[in-house]
Amino acid sequence: MITVLYFARLRDALGTASEQIALPAGVSDLESLRALLRQRGGAWADELGDQKSFRAAVNQDMARGDTPVRDGDEIAFFPPVTGG
Amino acid sequence: MTVRIQTEDFDAGREIAALRQGNPAIGAIASFIGVVRDVNDGGKVTEMTLEHYPGMTEKSIAEIIEQAKSRWGIFDVLVIHRIGRLRPLDQIVLVVVTGAHRGDAFAACEFVMDYLKTRAPFWKKEQTPDGARWVESRQSDDLAAERWRLKG
Repeated sequence: MITVLYFARLRDALGTASEQIALPAGVSDLESLRALLRQRGGAWADELGDQKSFRAAVNQDMARGDTPVRDGDEIAFFPPVTGG
Repeated sequence: MTVRIQTEDFDAGREIAALRQGNPAIGAIASFIGVVRDVNDGGKVTEMTLEHYPGMTEKSIAEIIEQAKSRWGIFDVLVIHRIGRLRPLDQIVLVVVTGAHRGDAFAACEFVMDYLKTRAPFWKKEQTPDGARWVESRQSDDLAAERWRLKG
């Protein structure tokens, strides 16, 4: 299982703050996880699409599309940060 | 180092006094306070809510402080960042850097703020007369963080 968290605009648009997903075969990195989530369609395809600006973290470190995703990981998707 | 994420306000004078207490090696203290304004992107802001990613926030700020300490001759860094509901005039963030001399203290303080703005997972949602809106990130903040790659 992996834990996937959504923050701020993404959480509002997707209607969920967190979920547990059994890591499917074929999901090995963030990019393949994003592709899987986009297949849900609607807001998922939109918010995680190429037109939207978002960031991701794996185990609380900023990550990129080729960052590996492994069983037990905590993944987060969120908009570019706006603190300070 | 000290990193605190809290809903309560802070007293910069008290924090600085505590940070430098009994340390005669300190010759310079640089600080920055971020404050809520009543306008943003041309619109009136009545209130905002600051959200964060518990755990990653503290971790990312600690990493930023470690970078600053490895880069400049400074003694200690304190960061306090508020979350929750804030209104215009409220304080949002405090950064304090202690060192022997002002040059390194000023530079490290600015570096910590520039990196915090682009790397620490906080998000602002503003209440305006037209409704609530998530604040968009600014390219100028990315550029401010980027320039530290070039100098220093």
